[in-house]
Amino acid sequence: MSLSATVPSRATLATPTFDPAVLRQDFPILDQEVNSRALVYLDNAATTQKPASVLAALESYYRRDNANVHRGIHELSRRATVAYEDARARVGRFVGAADPAEVIFTRGTTESINLMAWSWGLDVLREGDEILLTEMEHHSNIVPWQLVAQRTGATLRWLEIDDQGLLELDALPKLLSQRTRLVSLTHVSNVLGTVNPVADIVRTVRERSDALVLVDGAQAVPHLPVDVRALGCDAYAFSGHKMCGPTGIGVLWARRALLDSMPPFQGGGEMIRVVEREGSTWADLPHKFEAGTPNIAGAIGLGAAVDYLERVGMAAIARHEHELLTYALDHLPEVPGFRGLGPDQVDLRSGVISFTLGDAHPHDISTILDSEGIAVRAGHHCAQLVMRHLGLPATTRASLYFYNTTEDVDRMVAALHVVKEIFG
Amino acid sequence: MENPPLKSLYQELILEHYRRPRNKADLPDRTVEVLMTNPVCGDEVVLQLKIEGDEIRTARFAGQGCSISQASVSMMITLLEGRKLADADGLAARFTRMMHGDESAAGDRALGDLRALQGVSKFPVRIKCALLGFDALLEALKQSGYTSAIRSEWDEAGTAP
Repeated sequence: MSLSATVPSRATLATPTFDPAVLRQDFPILDQEVNSRALVYLDNAATTQKPASVLAALESYYRRDNANVHRGIHELSRRATVAYEDARARVGRFVGAADPAEVIFTRGTTESINLMAWSWGLDVLREGDEILLTEMEHHSNIVPWQLVAQRTGATLRWLEIDDQGLLELDALPKLLSQRTRLVSLTHVSNVLGTVNPVADIVRTVRERSDALVLVDGAQAVPHLPVDVRALGCDAYAFSGHKMCGPTGIGVLWARRALLDSMPPFQGGGEMIRVVEREGSTWADLPHKFEAGTPNIAGAIGLGAAVDYLERVGMAAIARHEHELLTYALDHLPEVPGFRGLGPDQVDLRSGVISFTLGDAHPHDISTILDSEGIAVRAGHHCAQLVMRHLGLPATTRASLYFYNTTEDVDRMVAALHVVKEIFG
Repeated sequence: MENPPLKSLYQELILEHYRRPRNKADLPDRTVEVLMTNPVCGDEVVLQLKIEGDEIRTARFAGQGCSISQASVSMMITLLEGRKLADADGLAARFTRMMHGDESAAGDRALGDLRALQGVSKFPVRIKCALLGFDALLEALKQSGYTSAIRSEWDEAGTAP
């Protein structure tokens, strides 16, 4: 049985120097023209592209091994189960989990956070309890807590951001008390690129309260080496499609004791031990939280994505993105009217560049960039609290990944000059 | 793939309306007010009309958003005053047809400055921007008790929007 990708990857050649121009050849989609120009893909915070090895893993699974997991006695079911559980172990190791049973496969970060909200939150929260969120959160780490707070009588409290887009950490101790049951925050801002000092925040939380700490790692795991145990948090959520994996697969990692204490999130097949008329008992971790047939192919694809990222090297990825961000922040201000948002200190941020450009509206900027073959995001980025803090209805956002090059940044600078020509 | 012509999208007349919108003011004696937003992008238009009988007497708007949405509502608003409700409804129908590629609608002098927006039809993701003001108009007519002759956007386009 061979479940590994058959398409050779440039990354496997283990060249000592990191060369994005070589790595991007692993991504078939990048080799195309859009509006008669070579595609420049700078919407990586929305979703990343997939290397050939991930596409091959998906196809290989469906062509040769497709069957339901943990059910059949037959050979295909055995293969599918081995591949699915192998992916869980690889993804768990990738983020420093102590045990694969702590890795719950979900549809993505949003479902991971909803799992915490509807299982842990609904079970534990009571009137007078407090949930501490930050102003920097994506809607997916706000709305589930609003819904659960409405049901339980818990109260939401907020850690604000400053004008640079950094958390106002001086205010953190005052916001914490024995009433605080949960601190849920993002590791990296999807609008500002701010990298939050999660380990320091966890230490402060532990000193002042018994609150759990849940981290939204959707914009962190793809770009930085992440070790959930070194961070010290209780739970950590991330998405496969933002880290070279397929859509529809994500992860909730949480400490085993916490997961054991939580009731099931959804009921159905796979998550039970015994079902009787009067009630049922639950399967062991991680299956207790994976009702129904899971996204088997998605998990296998995510496992292949993790293999790919490990071959490239997360430290090398972080270094390249840092260099490219520095280059971009040096050159983008050459365009008259360019105003970058987020921390001035490049060391405090990831490769996300939100900006405004004179009077030109982000949608117009995005349309003009698209006509030059450049994909960026325009809008509120599912972070309306951040937008309100900035006093902006929308921004344009370019977000980098390891396959982006200085040429991509140069193309964007040139296209922004076209925007200036049109909008003055 | 052919590069859609940016110049036809960003005509000078559109940029001029974007920079100097017409009738962008508050209308204290309005009879109807509609806030229309595009949740995808956050663009918004607040349309205020003073309707007497079957006629729009005065039209004003507020809003913020991209050049296409704001220029479109500015161009629309200059055509509304003194118009019968049925005429305003017909204007919305003709403009919607133009957005969906009907070139004869684009030659329709009744559309006034709105004809400059014809190039938007080549940018499918921006058609919603151009229609935002008309969405507000149709809602204002509905709230004023007028039944639109436009059945739905799907019928107009022949396909899903």
